[in-house]
Amino acid sequence: MIRLLSIIPLAAGLGAAHAQDLDPAAVQVLAGPCANCHGPDGRSPGAIPSIAGLPEADAVKRMLAFRDGTDPSATVMPRLMKGYDEAEIRALARWFAEIGQ
Amino acid sequence: MKMTMRRDVLLGMGAGMGAMALPGIVRAQGAARVVVVGGGFGGATAARYLRRLNPELRITLVEPQERFVTCPFSNLYLGGLRDWDSITHGYDGLRAAGVEVVHALAEDVDGSARTLTLADRTRLDWDRLVLSPGIDFRWGELAGYDQAAAELAPHAWKAGPQTQLLRRQLEEMEDGGTFAIVVPQGAFRCPPGPYERASMVAHYLRTHKPRSKVLILDSQDRFSKQALFQQGWQALYGDMIEWIGQSDDGLVVEVDAGAREAVTAFGTRHKADVLNMIPPQRAGLIADRAGVTDETGWVPVRADRFESARVPGVHVLGDATIAAPMPKSGFCANAQAKVAAAAIAADLAGQEPPPASFANTCYSLVGPGYGISVAGVYRAEGEKVIEVEGSGGVSPLEAGPGFRQAEADYGAGWYASICADVWGTA
Ligand SMILES: Cc1cc2nc3c(=O)[nH]c(=O)nc-3n(C[C@H](O)[C@H](O)[C@H](O)COP(=O)(O)OP(=O)(O)OC[C@H]3O[C@@H](n4cnc5c(N)ncnc54)[C@H](O)[C@@H]3O)c2cc1C
Ligand code: HEC
Repeated sequence: MIRLLSIIPLAAGLGAAHAQDLDPAAVQVLAGPCANCHGPDGRSPGAIPSIAGLPEADAVKRMLAFRDGTDPSATVMPRLMKGYDEAEIRALARWFAEIGQ
Repeated sequence: MKMTMRRDVLLGMGAGMGAMALPGIVRAQGAARVVVVGGGFGGATAARYLRRLNPELRITLVEPQERFVTCPFSNLYLGGLRDWDSITHGYDGLRAAGVEVVHALAEDVDGSARTLTLADRTRLDWDRLVLSPGIDFRWGELAGYDQAAAELAPHAWKAGPQTQLLRRQLEEMEDGGTFAIVVPQGAFRCPPGPYERASMVAHYLRTHKPRSKVLILDSQDRFSKQALFQQGWQALYGDMIEWIGQSDDGLVVEVDAGAREAVTAFGTRHKADVLNMIPPQRAGLIADRAGVTDETGWVPVRADRFESARVPGVHVLGDATIAAPMPKSGFCANAQAKVAAAAIAADLAGQEPPPASFANTCYSLVGPGYGISVAGVYRAEGEKVIEVEGSGGVSPLEAGPGFRQAEADYGAGWYASICADVWGTA
């Protein structure tokens, strides 16, 4: 499924420079490796949780906690989230929230 | 509005774009064709994602095998923790996604005429070519090791009959025997693979033939996830696994496959009961025919689109490429394929490709319920791949059994997810 939903309302709050970076095609590429573990479109067939349709605000909170090392139950996510800045994390959260369960 | 424009251009993207188009100008000549060589981790992903990005594109996947057996989790098969069917995948999922699958061997590439020739001399035209042929072995580079020798001392480094042969030899080995694994010089696919294999063989031996031993003869002095592996080996298998690094005379320079003997640089002869020889490697040979390899035998690529640095219009993925610091893993091949697919789809629509972003995680199973991992996040900086500073790393050494159990479960979860992502199978 091709997803070209606008994330401009989100990017609007982040200043013009970042709004440029985070166009949908770029977010789709950022989200590419997530499917590798969370399943195609974030729908997981196995033991790793699905992230499709996860409410955006919850996903942002979880991902920032992973990145900041404050989620004691985590295994691999802290190491991965350290590779993304906050604007990217917010864009990813919106991307998977909009896919729907 | 930027969005509206992009949507329009993407919808018009099916147009044929044989040569580089001027940005925004779309030549209307029917659907562009992308031919993909190799239905493994990189190629099958590229085919699938190109169709998703633009259903108008004509995508042809060329792969000789009708069933693909994955190297990932083949070590678990050796250890008796997985059956053969669970690591075997067909191509119906790709066909259902609209990919044309041709079971044939690609034999030649003409980068200027933009054609691919199959073994039966059929010629396929392409607007973009994707090569993800994996590795081939440098037969004969290690004295005494050629294709005939591999029937006696299997490599099992391409999953298939070799893997089953190695399993049979393990089953037939007497209790008290030595299972030797030889780790080659130069870049090889799956840096943690030999050590996961040692773990899985030790798991089998501990349960079935507890007086036996696993010997690793290594061309390197350090290895992937070393501290974690050695900690796990000690905890699960005591002294069953012995590792000899290069400086301790671990480098093997010659083999006698009939006698199952490996000879080191300093002339030590190691006699094994099962000899698992992992040979030196290079990019799959079709890459040579396409003129994209360099003197190392591997393929230099532009990191921002995984396109050959030598032949424009030819994208190369996975193990065949020089992509360090990204390792040669199925995960990386899959991640690179998505970047290349996005670049090809954009390019055929006369657009700038989106910025590249990659990740990797290699899970390894040390024993049942005992998993470890190494991860990284990567971007393109100019033509090179760089690891994002502060990202990635290995599982904590001090973690408890709950963490190791979770990573064993998540490793299995990863396998289910990536197979769904690549072949549409679980
Ligand atoms: C023991 C072992 C364990 C591993 N475990 C893991 C793991 O846990 N996680 C992980 O991420 N990676 C793992 N790997 C690495 C992984 O297998 C490779 O990195 C991955 O397969 C690379 O994908 P690829 O697309 O480059 O090549 P492949 O997946 O090997 O696919 C190449 C395909 O191209 C086809 N082909 C070749 N030449 C031609 C031609 N001329 N014409 C048509 N088709 C052709 C081949 O038939 C093959 O199907 C492991 C490897 C080994 C050996
Ligand atoms: C190597 C496998 C792997 C990759 C790649 C990966 N994840 Fe995860 N993810 C996990 C695991 C495992 C968990 C459970 C937490 C943990 O153990 O770290 C998780 C948890 C999450 C959660 C919390 C879900 C919940 O309901 O608890 C979110 C959100 C998430 N990941 C987002 C992402 C995004 C976005 C990406 C891509 C940038 C991504 N993940 C890439 C394995 C992965």
